[in-house]
Amino acid sequence: MGFDLAMPDLAMPEAATPNPAVTVSADSAETPDTLESFVSAANEGYKYGFVTDIEADEAEPGLTEDTVRFISAKKGEPEWLLSWRLKAFQRWQQMSDPQWAKLKIAPIDFQGACYYSAPKQNAGPKSLDEVDPELLKTYEKLGIPLGERAALAGVAVDAVFDSVSVATTYKEKLGELGIIFCSFGEAVREHGDLVRKYLGSVVPQGDNFFAALNSAVFSDGSFVYVPPGVRCPMELSTYFRINAAKTGQFERTLLIADKGSHVSYLEGCTAPQRDENQLHAAVVELIALEDAEIKYSTVQNWYPGDAEGRGGIYNFVTKRGACRGDRAKISWAQVETGSAITWKYPSCLLEGDHSVGAFYSVAITNNRQQADTGTKMIHIGRNTSSTVISKGISAGRGQNTYRGQIKVMPKAEDARNFTQCDSLLIGKSCGAHTVPYIDVRNPTARVEHEATTSKISEDQMFYCQQRGLPQEDALSLIVNGFCKEVLKELPMEFAVEAQKLLAVSLEGSVG
Amino acid sequence: MSNLLEIHDLRARTLGGRDILKGINLTIAPGEVHAIMGPNGAGKSTLSSVLAGKPGYEVTGGSVLYQGRDLLALPADARAREGIFLAFQYPVEIPGVNNTYFLRAALNAGRRHRGEPELDAAQFLKAVKEKLKLLDISSDLLQRPVNVGFSGGEKKRNEIFQMAMLEPRLAVLDETDSGLDIDALRVVSNGVNRLRDPQRAIVMITHYQRLLDYIVPDHVHVLSDGRIVASGDKTLAATLEQTGYAHLDSAAA
Repeated sequence: MGFDLAMPDLAMPEAATPNPAVTVSADSAETPDTLESFVSAANEGYKYGFVTDIEADEAEPGLTEDTVRFISAKKGEPEWLLSWRLKAFQRWQQMSDPQWAKLKIAPIDFQGACYYSAPKQNAGPKSLDEVDPELLKTYEKLGIPLGERAALAGVAVDAVFDSVSVATTYKEKLGELGIIFCSFGEAVREHGDLVRKYLGSVVPQGDNFFAALNSAVFSDGSFVYVPPGVRCPMELSTYFRINAAKTGQFERTLLIADKGSHVSYLEGCTAPQRDENQLHAAVVELIALEDAEIKYSTVQNWYPGDAEGRGGIYNFVTKRGACRGDRAKISWAQVETGSAITWKYPSCLLEGDHSVGAFYSVAITNNRQQADTGTKMIHIGRNTSSTVISKGISAGRGQNTYRGQIKVMPKAEDARNFTQCDSLLIGKSCGAHTVPYIDVRNPTARVEHEATTSKISEDQMFYCQQRGLPQEDALSLIVNGFCKEVLKELPMEFAVEAQKLLAVSLEGSVG
Repeated sequence: MSNLLEIHDLRARTLGGRDILKGINLTIAPGEVHAIMGPNGAGKSTLSSVLAGKPGYEVTGGSVLYQGRDLLALPADARAREGIFLAFQYPVEIPGVNNTYFLRAALNAGRRHRGEPELDAAQFLKAVKEKLKLLDISSDLLQRPVNVGFSGGEKKRNEIFQMAMLEPRLAVLDETDSGLDIDALRVVSNGVNRLRDPQRAIVMITHYQRLLDYIVPDHVHVLSDGRIVASGDKTLAATLEQTGYAHLDSAAA
């Protein structure tokens, strides 16, 4: 049962990419200098491990009803939202953290964590000029195209620092099209009706332990609404950063694509290097109405802990999308390289007839990282189809589990699923596990599952080296080839970043 | 002219295994084509593996000088960047890696090593076209993943194409003729012949005399039980065709 409740996220169909500029073959000769990038990246280690010295406005550690009220008051929230949070908190108190995943987790002291940490500012920033320069420097180090650089890069960015959304670029330009892209807090103030209508409609407060926790204490996040028939002209992007020590980050993303609209959304994550574990429990809800398309891409590079498994982020994330109209499409693409522990199942509820879900995933575990990740595709409408491509790479003592559920409900006539699940092992002390759940309640369904497990062979490495490629480059090349089907689903700038991350993540895993 | 490769009393075995090379002596000058023949188990492939630096072998004695320097001190990738190329008997598949991309990465690794500017995509494709023309082979393999689903002939053709692109100083062709039908053999042999160059030495390792009808060597050596037991010009190969290896085995004993 536990599994049923726990996994969120969605994915999309093969041809769902609406913007041709976004789909780029990661290994073609036209992609410039990727291999060279591996080399420089491989020498960098975890380069996001810096800490920014910023005065923070924090809640007292611990979690009680008062904490929830404190957060809601800090955010100046309306009564309905406070009630919503309190209901979640009550549910959470009756729940226990899930044990079914193949993860070894030291007990988490939920009362020891701090549930609200905001960079101290007098009032919300009116423009980029008012944002704390230290914060902007942090984003600069992260390479985030905030401000003018956003315009150059053509990416609209909402940056979430610890728990609060700091600045949202490009708002005006999007506004002309009626697209709303803002912090969650602002959405509650300015677009309360939309938030109230959709919040929790895909991931209810009591969905699972971590979603309930998030629902009680979430402090900010991103909100997107794309009006009917509008094709969002740029990639929307959020960067999450956990800075403060002993802080949990609980952001919430709510993305609504109205009828016939289209949007591509990118999410990137980093955190400083700390010896203790930090908790990240986010919730992402996507709603695609009739004929709408959502593509949601994540490059997750939270601090993974050191080689002995000290420190690192606990990443417990509930991501789920609902295709709530006919022919709606939702596609998840993720590259998971960071975190000490990853617990994440981006899923799709295929409610509308002919709706389409897809999930493309690369998950890497090295050293003592553990990942239990996969997807759920729930076929509810007729002629629904889903595609799942999962690539797990295990190195060092990493443990990598694919856990996926394909469920075809009684009324889902002619549902189709194709799942391909490949594991790659590097070295002798790591593990790869595949746990598919298939639950078919309609005889017309066609469900395919393919799985492979392979090792990088000495012969492959030698072949590359004999052609002159240094060992690290040879490994990157082979691994990138293994992940190609997923990487090509990522928007180009993410694909390049992802390739670098693969190299960094596997540094020292051979030789 | 100084020698490109000087192998002196080379002894090697598989890691923790039995001795395979038992004292090889061989000297190769630039521009020469040598054929190394011998029965199964004589150590032909071990010799090529040891020269290329393949893991799993242990050199127990002797020396190899390449361009006057100790070759055995270099890791495999450095040897390649110094101009040693091995055409594999069984080229491995690398799924998902585009053949062209792979080759450009390899080529640029060598260029970086030599302090030459890297080739961008356009320059690289121009070079590809020139080499395809030189070898008179088609471009159908270029956009496929490295060796994945290639026929035996396609794999060998791809090896020779890589050799043409990487322009090695010393090319070792390990059983390049094995598994090829007569048409494929002709294509591959023509390619190798066009890559003969006064600056480049080629070592052909083969079981059969057949290959030498297409690529005529300057020197022929017979390897048996880890030693070179006979050397001569191309007529030696013809003699072997008549007498077989057994005769030489007993002569060496």
